[in-house]
Formats: sequence, C-alpha cells, structure tokens
Amino acid sequence: MSKDNKDVSSTRAIAGRRRVLKAGAGMAGALALGFPAIVRSQAGPIKIGHLTPLTGFLGALGGWAQLGIKMAAEEINASGGINGRQIDLISEDSVNPATAATKAQRMYERDKVDVLMGEINSASAKTIMQVAERNQRLFMSIGPRSDALRGANCNRYTFHVDIPVTVMVNAEGQGLLREGLIKGKRIYALTSDYLFGHDLAKAAKKFVTANGGTVIGDELIATSATDFSPYLLKIRQAKPDLIATNLGGNQVTNFVKQYAEFGLPYPVAGFNLNTADAWAAGAGNLGGIWPTVWHHEIDTPGTKAFVAAFRKKYGKTPENHAWIEYVSLKVMAQAMTATKSTDTSKLIAYFESEAKFDLLKPRMGYFRSWDHQMMQEAYTFTVRKPGTYKEAWDFLQFSAAIPAADQPLELLAPTKAENPCTFK
Amino acid sequence: MQLLFLLEQVVNGLVLGGYYLLIALGLSLIFSVGGVVNLAHGAFYALGAYLSIAVAKHLGFGAGVVISPIAVALLGILFERFILRRFYTADPILSLLVTFGLALVTEQLIRIIWGASPLPASMPSALKGSVVLGDFLFSRYRLLLLAVAALVLVGIWLLLNKTSFGRVVRAGIQRPDMVAALGIRLQPYMTVIVMLGVGMAALGGALFAPIALVHPAMGAEIIAVAFVVVVIGGLGSFWGVVLAALLVGVVRGITIHFLPAAGEASMFVLMFLVLLLRPRGLLGERIEKFE
Repeated sequence: MSKDNKDVSSTRAIAGRRRVLKAGAGMAGALALGFPAIVRSQAGPIKIGHLTPLTGFLGALGGWAQLGIKMAAEEINASGGINGRQIDLISEDSVNPATAATKAQRMYERDKVDVLMGEINSASAKTIMQVAERNQRLFMSIGPRSDALRGANCNRYTFHVDIPVTVMVNAEGQGLLREGLIKGKRIYALTSDYLFGHDLAKAAKKFVTANGGTVIGDELIATSATDFSPYLLKIRQAKPDLIATNLGGNQVTNFVKQYAEFGLPYPVAGFNLNTADAWAAGAGNLGGIWPTVWHHEIDTPGTKAFVAAFRKKYGKTPENHAWIEYVSLKVMAQAMTATKSTDTSKLIAYFESEAKFDLLKPRMGYFRSWDHQMMQEAYTFTVRKPGTYKEAWDFLQFSAAIPAADQPLELLAPTKAENPCTFK
Repeated sequence: MQLLFLLEQVVNGLVLGGYYLLIALGLSLIFSVGGVVNLAHGAFYALGAYLSIAVAKHLGFGAGVVISPIAVALLGILFERFILRRFYTADPILSLLVTFGLALVTEQLIRIIWGASPLPASMPSALKGSVVLGDFLFSRYRLLLLAVAALVLVGIWLLLNKTSFGRVVRAGIQRPDMVAALGIRLQPYMTVIVMLGVGMAALGGALFAPIALVHPAMGAEIIAVAFVVVVIGGLGSFWGVVLAALLVGVVRGITIHFLPAAGEASMFVLMFLVLLLRPRGLLGERIEKFE
C-alpha cells in the first residue's frame, strides 16, 4: 500500500475545485500579461535609462530595439565614452503604460539616470512623458509614432525620433495616389485599438477623404487579437476597392498571413509596417505598398557600416527598430559631447538649436524646435517577386526617399497650423 | 442579407472553435485525471509550432505537422514522469507554481534557441486560398484544420469510451479510490493522458504556425483562451469542452460582427456569465475529489 501513497488515486487530498480554479485563473492571467525580462547593465558613470516593451504585441520589436541601443553603447564605450565617461545603459521591459510610468519614475529617482530613452508603444510613451515633465527631466521617445504625442500631448522635456503617423500616411498616400487606389475608391480600414492605431486611422481618413476616396468601413481590433478571420469575412461582405490597415506590431504579421491564407482579391495597403513584421510574415504572404523609416539597403556609407557591424555582432540583418535605437543613442551622445554636459536644460537647448544629426540616411536630420520631432527622410516599399532576390531579408523593394532631395524635409510633417503643440 | 452575413460568422466561429478544442481538450483531460491545472500547456503549444518549423525546413510542411507533435508528446512523458507526478497529491498551489515556472523556462529557452523575433512560417501554396460553398467563404487551410481537429476528437472519444483504457481513465476521474481498491494503478494511465494532451497542444501549435505569428510568448497567449474554454465547458466533461470551444468561437464571431472592438473581450464576458449562472460549467459533472 505504501506505493499507492504516491499514486494518482490519492488525489482526494486535493483542495476544492474552486480554489484550484481561482488560483489557476490568476496564474493564467499573469501568464497572459507577460513577464519583465531582466537585462544586464554595464558599469559606468553616465546613466541612461532605457524602457522598451519586451513582452506583449510589441515585444518582438522591442527585442530589436535592445540589440540596437546596446550596440551603440558598446561602440561609444569602446571609443572612450562621452567626455571621458563610460555609458551605463539600464534597459528594462516597459510591459504596459502603467508599469512604464512606474519604472520611469523609479529610474529617475532611485537609479538616478541622466536621461530616459526608448519606447515603441505610444500609450506607454504618453505616460513616461508625463513622468518626465513632472520630474523636469529629459526623455527621448524613440519608436512611438502617434501624432498626439508630438501634438496635443507634447511637452518640452520630450524629443521624438521616429517618423510620426502623419508622415507615414502622407508617404504611403503619395504611393497609393500614384497607383490610382484612392480617388473615387471605396476603402475599408482595419485599426489597432489603442492610441497609435486611433491616431493613424484619423490621419489616414483625413488623407483619403481629402483625395476623393470614401472610407466605407473602419473596424477597431484589440491588440491581443491573433485570429482575423471574422474581419476578413466582413471585408468580403463589403467588397472594397482597397483594404487599408492601421495595425501595429504582431497584428500586422497575423493579418498579412491570414489575408494570404484566405486569398481575397482586394489590394492591401498599410499605413504602418516594420521590417520585422514583414520578415515574420514569411515570403509569399506579403503584398501591397507600405511606408518605412529606414531600410538596410539604403545606399550610404553609414548604413553599410552599421549593417556590417550588426551582422558581425548578432549574425542577422538589423531591423528598423535596431537602427533607430542605435542612431538615437548616437544623437544623444553627440548632444552630450557638444554641450560637455548631461544637464537637462543644456541638452534641450542644443536639440532646439536644430543641430544636424547623421541618421545614416542621405540627408541629415534635426529636431524641429517648436514641437521636438525629428525631421528626416521616409520611404515606401513594395514586395519583390519570388526569385528576384537571394536572401530572405531582401524581399522588400524600397523606393526613393520622400521627400525628394530638392524638397524641404518638413514637407510631409504636420504644419504649425495643423499641430496643436505648445510648450508650457 | 444581414442574416446570411451573421450565419457566415457563426460557421466561421465553429471552425475557429475546432482549433481551440485541440488545445483545451488536453488541458481538461490532464486536470480531470490528475487534478493538475497544467499552466505549461501553452509552452508545449509553442514548442509544437517551433519544432514544426524546424522540421519543415528539412522535410517539408507535412512532415513538420506530423513529427513535431510526436516529439512533443515524447517530451510529455518526461514531463509527467519527472515533474508532474510529484504533485498529484500535493497542495494544488505547488503544481500551479511548478507548471507556471516551467512555462516561463520554456519561453526563455525558446528565446535562447530561436531568438526573440518571430519566425516566418508559410503553408504550401496548394493550401492557400478559399473555397466558396453556397454563400459561405471558407479558408481551404482552415477546413483542413477542422478536419484534423474532428479526427482527433473522434479518436479521443473512442479511446475514452470504447476501450478498456478509457474505462479505467473515466473511473479514475470519478472515483480514484475505488480504482485503487480494485488494484489498478492510475499512474501509467496518467502518463498516456499527459502525452496525448501535450501532443494535441503541439499539433495545434504546428497547425496554427502558418497563419499566426510564431513568437516565444505565443504559449502565454493561448493558455488564457484554453483555460477559459475549460472553465466554461465544465471540468471533467468531454462534451463540455467541445461545446465550450465551439461556443467561444461563435460568440467571438458574432461579437465582431456587431461590435468589432469587443471581439477579444467576448470570451471573458461569456465565462463570467457562465460562472455566475452555472459555477460548475456548462456540462461540468459533480466530481467527488474536487468538491
């Protein structure tokens, strides 16, 4: 009988079903929310706090972001640091907007970071911006693209590196106009249900109506959605001339894969796509026209050197989030070197002087003084036909820079009349 | 016309439910027999997806879908023998913690082995596209998925109801003490149940890889859905899980038809209502050991 003690048949010892259920539900919930990854940091006197989502629907992009900023920090430290001081990069998972704000406050207060950088999630960036303003400290918002952050929610302590929603819509829209997919056409939109998606949908709708198109449907989709089949059925019922997606992160990949699965005949265009989303979709699943901020095939010595170093270090081709984090830390280093300081007001003054930064693109970028957003080139890309490229990374064919070399960089950005940003 | 559109969503929901079933059924079986809520179930689902891609690279898509669940099922034997077995009689909090911990370890292992960025996965182009039956549009691939789920379901039902193996398992769910009194050890049966359960989860992962994102946290995504299905269906009930999986799929489809933004919340509202009105779950049986 002693053997039986360990047997399954003694499960009577088990506590009530209710208790198991309760605990189970709690744990399943916690599992779904994701867990912070613990990241090694280096020792050194200039402390840079870095927050980026490593879990959830933007977690894959955050992984690239970390690789990029770490590489920049190592390069800077290897060449003697900034003003003779090494960089101490403290990088953590920002998880969600509430946690991001808590961690930001902790980094300023307890870790005594000199500046905060990072983010991809616009909603998280919004809460960190509030923390930065309250503490009167610098925050460089690297990946978020929502217009509202640079507009109604802007503050003088935050600088924005990535292209905003309006620029993506304008860049993408020019491409669609050329293809005759907007004027007089019926457009069905799918929108990611959070700050970034709402912003994107608003800008896209404005562009479409201004150029003679009609938006016949706009569906909000939860960021946790993995199955798009009910939406695809609704699209088929509506029979649009164009499907425009305002999705973010994992959603883009899931949509692209399932659209290819159902094989619907309507053309697809997206106002947001990151190279990683396209790669994850797999060859043969992606079509359409998409906007982007940087691509590894850009023909400048800076990009070539960066791509080669990244491939050597990590064994893969950098995605646009790796690039933007890399250049952002370099931008920050340039400002700290030029001002010989990590003082918030000195750095703000330097950025507001519209100093030029090398973003590894043909034209230099600068922060526009009155709304603190980076002015830079954008691109669109289409998908190469199978057999016309060698590496799996290379199936995207990207266009010439927008705006063109003889046009001002501000061309696609919202004007002072359109952007309600004022600093208190 | 409106009604027809709605009906299309219902049918599509049933197809999706068939897929949820693959994952939830194993979770329910392991709980019913062993009394352990296997929070690592999603991890086996993720492993199934990753292994299928790894195998498909060398031997093709079909081989991936077949070999990966078998490999994961074999892993399931080790999982049962060396980990799960120690916790059948322990406080349920301990088994929750250990399976939860295993889920985290597996997720990080996947990150270490395959990297944090999602893996690309495609299906053979012959399976792409959709078929129109009457007024309804079906993805060809999902019809195949549904057929596989139905086959698995029939197989498990036959195993539980038409074999001596199934008789012992069913008796073990209801009266483990009587089974023990008759001199039957449930342990080997449990090994097989865990093997089948995690194998089904892996099959779900392998089949879903071509149409959804394959990333390290995919297991955490699915475990919440599977858990909801099991709770709605009622613990210990085979048909309860089937009914709940289909219901969750259909309710989601209908919600998206009328109120797209609430699509993902619908299943939790459904669980809430079921727990309010019928705490035991739709077809949950009264099981002595859990009362």
